[in-house]
Amino acid sequence: MKINFIKTFSLILVTGMILLTAGCGEGREKDDSDDTKKERKSRVDLLGAGASFPAPLITAMADEYRDVTRNRVVVNYQSIGSGGGIRQFVEQTIMFGMTEAFLSDEIMADIESQTGGRAFNMPITLADVVATYNVPGVDKGIVFDADVLVDIYMERITNWNDPKIEKLNPDKDLPSLPITVVHRSDGSGTTNIWTSYFSRVSDEWKAKIGYGTSVNWPTGVGGNGNEGVAGAVMNTPGAIGYNSLTYALLNDMSFGYVKNSSGNIIEPSYAATTEAANIDLPEDTRVLFTNTPAEKGYPIAGFAWMLVYENLEQNNAINNRTEAKELVEFLIWSITDGQELSEELGFARLPEAAVERNYEMIKQVKWRGEEIGKELLKKKNIS
Amino acid sequence: MHQAQTNTDIIKKPLPIIYRWLGDKIFLTVVFILGLSIIFLAFSMAWVLYSEGRLAINEFGVIGFLKGSVWDPGVRMVFGALPFIFGTFITSVVALAIAFLPAIAIAVVIAEYAPKWIGNIIENFVHLIAAIPSVVVGIWGIFVFAPWMRETVYMPIFTFTANNYPSLLPVLGNPMGYGMTTATIILALMIIPFTTALTRDAISQVPKEQREAAWALGATKWEVIRMAVLPYARGGILAGAMLSFGRAIGETMAVAMLIGNKNTFPFSILGPAATMPSVIINEFREAVGNLHLSSLMAIGLALFVISLIVNLIAAYITRKLSITGGQVV
Amino acid sequence: MIKPKKTLKQRNIKDRFMVSLLVLSTVVVLVPLLIIIAYVIINGVSALNWEFFTEELGSPSRAMQGRPTGLIHTMIGTAVVDFLALIISIPVGLGAGIMLSEYPDHKLNPYLRIINDTLNGMPAILKGLLAFALIVKPMGTFSGLSGGFALAFVMIPIIARSTESALMSIPWTIREAGLAIGLPRWRVVMSTIVPAAKTGLVTGFLIAFARAAGEAAPLMFTSFGNNYFPRHWTGMIFGPVDTLPQRLYSLAISPYKEWHAMGWAAGIVLLFFVIAIFFTARLLTRKKVY
Repeated sequence: MKINFIKTFSLILVTGMILLTAGCGEGREKDDSDDTKKERKSRVDLLGAGASFPAPLITAMADEYRDVTRNRVVVNYQSIGSGGGIRQFVEQTIMFGMTEAFLSDEIMADIESQTGGRAFNMPITLADVVATYNVPGVDKGIVFDADVLVDIYMERITNWNDPKIEKLNPDKDLPSLPITVVHRSDGSGTTNIWTSYFSRVSDEWKAKIGYGTSVNWPTGVGGNGNEGVAGAVMNTPGAIGYNSLTYALLNDMSFGYVKNSSGNIIEPSYAATTEAANIDLPEDTRVLFTNTPAEKGYPIAGFAWMLVYENLEQNNAINNRTEAKELVEFLIWSITDGQELSEELGFARLPEAAVERNYEMIKQVKWRGEEIGKELLKKKNIS
Repeated sequence: MHQAQTNTDIIKKPLPIIYRWLGDKIFLTVVFILGLSIIFLAFSMAWVLYSEGRLAINEFGVIGFLKGSVWDPGVRMVFGALPFIFGTFITSVVALAIAFLPAIAIAVVIAEYAPKWIGNIIENFVHLIAAIPSVVVGIWGIFVFAPWMRETVYMPIFTFTANNYPSLLPVLGNPMGYGMTTATIILALMIIPFTTALTRDAISQVPKEQREAAWALGATKWEVIRMAVLPYARGGILAGAMLSFGRAIGETMAVAMLIGNKNTFPFSILGPAATMPSVIINEFREAVGNLHLSSLMAIGLALFVISLIVNLIAAYITRKLSITGGQVV
Repeated sequence: MIKPKKTLKQRNIKDRFMVSLLVLSTVVVLVPLLIIIAYVIINGVSALNWEFFTEELGSPSRAMQGRPTGLIHTMIGTAVVDFLALIISIPVGLGAGIMLSEYPDHKLNPYLRIINDTLNGMPAILKGLLAFALIVKPMGTFSGLSGGFALAFVMIPIIARSTESALMSIPWTIREAGLAIGLPRWRVVMSTIVPAAKTGLVTGFLIAFARAAGEAAPLMFTSFGNNYFPRHWTGMIFGPVDTLPQRLYSLAISPYKEWHAMGWAAGIVLLFFVIAIFFTARLLTRKKVY
């Protein structure tokens, strides 16, 4: 009799649960009220996960695609990081992965031996990284070149009025202010692109620090996430950091221009990023194009890839042909019509060359030997 | 009243042996299994960490991994845990030292000084500290607290030291606001509710006679608290401190956002550092290389073992001082 | 006991001094809390509107173009996952706490206490990893249930320890009285000790819940997240489901100001959600005080 304290407590919990679940059941019904019952039954949920950077674009695509398919196909994309995306893709808990670091040869070989087919890295969008800074009295547009950036991050240039910086910015009044270097502390595709640029332009950096989603930084303070870096840069006079262009633009941060390998000073922009990827792409698109040879290209940029199995039936997360078909259809849509969403959200458009490569790969995607990729492309009059 | 009634009811009825003896057996078995399930959880966690971290342990050896001070996922692929062990140790011990007395003070204010309704408000507010998501604390820290600390506390200290004792500057470090001291202060704030809750609870259970005896001796209110109340509550205080310490060791997001994340020695007082959980949360999501990921899991395992050792020591000290629960010896 | 060296006046001064010190510490701790709460509210209040409580999230372009967007699926998801966590963690934590306090001589206890404190010290992300290994992998899918387990792993050690502490503060004489009138031990515990300690017990549940309710890291690989309602309500338990702390995190790290505001609004909702739970639990325990 006296146990009723616990009894009541658990009773309340259980009732609460039932009420809530009932409540949300109701919510669903209301939400679907304008659909026919049949349509609701045939709703297909696609599950993807991975890199955080392209998450806003993919979710926007998902949103748009849901309207396009009149609520039939719902894509659930969660940002769990590139590493997470790759791992869940390999573990086959998700239908597609998303990463800013392409699959290594080792993982590609593993997948090939396990599933009897390849894993495709399909570029969906581009990531660009800009040098953000807080120099009192100087707005955006400090010009950097590769050497200066590397020297700053190796602590060889420690003041904003260093002759090397002044030489590149004859018209700017740079103060005598010590430089505080800020870098990302969490593993990040942004860091991957930033450090791969440094590795491309400096052999010393390549030998000592290398590139990757996290590296052993020679100096500086680590901010967690884009907002960690942005906070540290905006609040510390004399700080320099790096953020994605979108983040810098939308949060009113000053960022610098960079001299590319052709000697042109490039103002970071979505067009300049797309331009950077206009190079000879290998068939599997697994390439880093930082320090791009493209003349008008912004040199600190890279792809974000979608990961898909060649033999879709081998992926445990995909249960039937319908899901496989819808996945491929979404993939095709995302590199064609879906790209329309890019600029508004602050993403660079995929260049033609990459779209072409994607078509080639999609053509090889199969379900139990059936070439569904080819069929779907044909249906859309793309050959 | 109600309770007494029930008890006499029971006494009147003859109690079947099955109710007494079997009931106790079943009860003990149930709570035993529930207790055991915690041990099962802990060991399955250790097992998961071990099996994921085995690669790194085999590569560097247990000792090599623990005393390695290089963390290089870029070129050399060498991973050592020492900077993170050191960072965790310093931040959590100092945070507990900062938080301990204020936490008890709040409990005392709630239980002894404040009018009941104010006490209730304060108590709920303190519990709310535990409920604020670490990421919220972290972002607030980045944009508000750290810059404020830099301007009002660190810069004056830094300029003073630079003018008078320039040789101490390397120990003091870069006063940019993001660093060990900032993270430790925030950590101290975040662990307060646990000590406060358990202390307040223990204080409320102190028998009236205990206080009355002290009052009768002519003690002032503070002396009553100091001599009659707090010693009686020390079991709860200690349990609370251990909970707080656990939170301090394991706190991740807010620390990762404020500590500045420097993965190599030397650390300085104001400058950036790193802790074991902060490096795990920082690099886990994007770790692509197997050895890198495995090293992060091995850090998790090291954290488990260190936490175990710390708790063993705490248990030993507790027994030495023969402090048992709320009982007064 | 009282040192004779000091005069009464000195002792009174010390008394005053200590009072002010105590009040000062309370203020020093509460001020940052209030500043943080104010910061959350100021940043998030602009995004709190009717749609916020009625619509699904969708994409950032919805927010940027002012189309309806909200977090209703997230709030319901949070309630489901949190309640699952409570249902899982309270029996285990309570049982272990009873074990620790009522059978002080049991051989298991010294180990249990140490292991429990150790578990409490593990970062929440590793508890998510444990739930991933124990629940997600065997089930083959991310689910609200696994999120509930992950949060329960955060709560269990706190509940066990606070339960022990709450039960321990009940004087042994009460237990002896119960046993003396011939009650079996389990009746003594369940009928006298647990009800007598219930304020303390509920406090323990509350701080454990408060701690778990704000955790994003353990949910990342368990309840996983979802920008929409699942297809069917069972999907809340057996499929990927959205939760406030995790959504707050992903909104906060996005580059969009509109989403930042929504993230802070999610923070406001989360805080009020927790306050509501506090209030309910307090009311419940108060009514039942004999």
